[in-house]
Amino acid sequence: MPAINETVDQVKSVEKYKYGFVTDIDAEFAPKGLNEDIVRFISAKKEEPAWLLEWRIKAFRHWLTMDEPDWAKIGYPPIDYNDAYYYSAPKSGDEGPESLDEVDPEILATYEKLGIPLHEQAVLAGVKNVAIDAVFDSVSVATTFKETLAGHGVIFCPISEAVKNHPELVQKYMGSVVPTADNYFAALNSAVFTDGSFVFIPKGVRCPMELSTYFRINAANTGQFERTLIIAEEGSYVSYLEGCTAPMRDENQLHAAVVELVAKDDAEIKYSTVQNWYPGDENGVGGIYNFVTKRGACRGKNSKISWTQVETGSAITWKYPSCILQGDNSVGEFYSVAITNNFQQADTGTKMIHLGKNTSSRIIAKGISAGKSQSTYRGLVKMMPKADGGRNFTQCDSLLIGKECGAHTIPYIESKNPSARVEHEATTSKIADDQLFYCRQRGIAEEEAIALIVNGFCREVLQELPMEFAVEAQKLVGISLEGSVG
Amino acid sequence: MLKIKNLHATVDGKEILKGINLAMGFGEVHAIMGPNGSGKSTLSYVLAGRDGYEVTKGEVLYNGKNLLEMKPEERAGEGVFLAFQYPVELPGVSSMNFLKAAVNAVRKYRGENELDAMDFLKFVRETTKMLNITDDMLKRAVNVGFSGGEKKRNEVLQMAVLKPTLSVLDETDSGLDVDALRIVGDGVTALRSPHRSMLVITHYQRLLDHIVPDEVHILADGKIVRSGGKELAVELEEEGYSRYTADAA
Repeated sequence: MPAINETVDQVKSVEKYKYGFVTDIDAEFAPKGLNEDIVRFISAKKEEPAWLLEWRIKAFRHWLTMDEPDWAKIGYPPIDYNDAYYYSAPKSGDEGPESLDEVDPEILATYEKLGIPLHEQAVLAGVKNVAIDAVFDSVSVATTFKETLAGHGVIFCPISEAVKNHPELVQKYMGSVVPTADNYFAALNSAVFTDGSFVFIPKGVRCPMELSTYFRINAANTGQFERTLIIAEEGSYVSYLEGCTAPMRDENQLHAAVVELVAKDDAEIKYSTVQNWYPGDENGVGGIYNFVTKRGACRGKNSKISWTQVETGSAITWKYPSCILQGDNSVGEFYSVAITNNFQQADTGTKMIHLGKNTSSRIIAKGISAGKSQSTYRGLVKMMPKADGGRNFTQCDSLLIGKECGAHTIPYIESKNPSARVEHEATTSKIADDQLFYCRQRGIAEEEAIALIVNGFCREVLQELPMEFAVEAQKLVGISLEGSVG
Repeated sequence: MLKIKNLHATVDGKEILKGINLAMGFGEVHAIMGPNGSGKSTLSYVLAGRDGYEVTKGEVLYNGKNLLEMKPEERAGEGVFLAFQYPVELPGVSSMNFLKAAVNAVRKYRGENELDAMDFLKFVRETTKMLNITDDMLKRAVNVGFSGGEKKRNEVLQMAVLKPTLSVLDETDSGLDVDALRIVGDGVTALRSPHRSMLVITHYQRLLDHIVPDEVHILADGKIVRSGGKELAVELEEEGYSRYTADAA
């Protein structure tokens, strides 16, 4: 009875990726395809100033001259950039919603279902002290706690709104960390980016709550190209978290984001990601192609940027959150857990560029591969001639589950300063039979035992996540590996 | 409560257990002694259901149920506990988390409600004191960097909180000094009750000074070759195993 089996399998896979539903909503699309008119269309939709349109067009023209990078250890059929929509926005009248009351209830319900309540009261009643910007396909649909934050001088809003209300900040900083011509996907993003979050923390302010952006791809055949810009002025502090999910679809969808962070003297930015884009099914059909450029500039002395990422989703992950350690004594950190199962491929790591004196960086990367997946850590540590006393510590650990997956570690180290110190440690291990048997003898079933062992393996990284999200991330680790043994 | 009948088992195609017969009642403590390679550890793994230990003949009835049909975690749920000769390290998994996961898994299997963090802590503290286990040890990763004595005490702690009805102690005395042996022995003895049975596997008689058995069996070349009271252990200590290995050969 194959029909029955099919249904059973479908139900099973729905349980595995519980965010795979689609919200049925009227949306406005740009015409399919990618050309200068589309770039103009997006810019016009956003009512952007002329300088930004020029910036986009310049990026687009440059993109046309570039080749897609092929150095990563990932394989996929050629992407037809003309066979996708570059703009999709829920229809909600001509203007965007002015307040939460005006947001389409279908969308609110969607976020509710994802566990992201957008009603401020609901958030206040719970334990979470988090302000949220919700990005649905190409537009930000709601941002909570804007007024509360404004009381502290903190700006937290969609980047399209920042373009209107704070053009001088956007113009000054956007593209200053990741130039439009930086790489193929950054150039594409610069041309067609639609929304994302903008954060500005004024001098000396410690942001009173966690800031969070929740990205949701809903529409079919649509790419998401968001852009996030965070500026931390002197002596300020902010902790920011992003989450991502998408419906289950048979075709692959492109996500190419750019994130730029700027930390001034004595400022600290903590940026955490829980990436759970739809990974495709157990036969490798569908899933998000995730090509992301994230970079932070520690411009001021004693500044610090810390990236923490838990990557469990996407069919393909191509992502290297990096730090440019320009200010003396600045600190860059990268804590990563990348889990791949079934046919997922992840090529992820970081770049730590040491420019200033006594700069230090720390990299802890944990890769877990199961099924037929491939996971690669790719990292660059570069000590420039003026980085006297620069220090780096790198630790890469890979854990293999099963016999058909692969883990690879590719560290690049370049030191142009004899006083700099770079340390690299790497291990590869398997979940040993005796570990599994030990857990099972204590009553813990096999899948739970794997989740327990893997969580133990990732502990150093998971404990870097904000408290509110650490528990969720732990559960996610377990869910992502379901069906990895048997 | 436990009936082993004509049990044969192979490891990598080689027959290790060659027809074991053993019956234990509730509350009884039986010791299995034997020379190295006689099949002591194999018996413990077969009872716990480890992969790669294949039963080729015979049966094991536990409280009237066919134990050999159950998965390892089901056996644990039914109250079978194995104290490992070499407790396994779980890097990054705190002992406390591990204990909690185990206790709640077993409670769930038995249809009892799961304990929350506070109740669990209270529940564990009752036992840790007796076994001289500090809170610091509970925070450390399971068996990682533990001394031999700490590992074995941790096994007894798990046994105490999981409240098994059949405990198999596989060479729990190995690697212990005199003081650690006393703590572990007293810990195990304190867990004796009319509902709990124990199968104590050991090479030496010294553990049996602390855990006094009701019966002693001598295992040689995959078979029980002699059974008797606790005095049999003393006799073995004096005479050694040579006559049994000679018999078997």
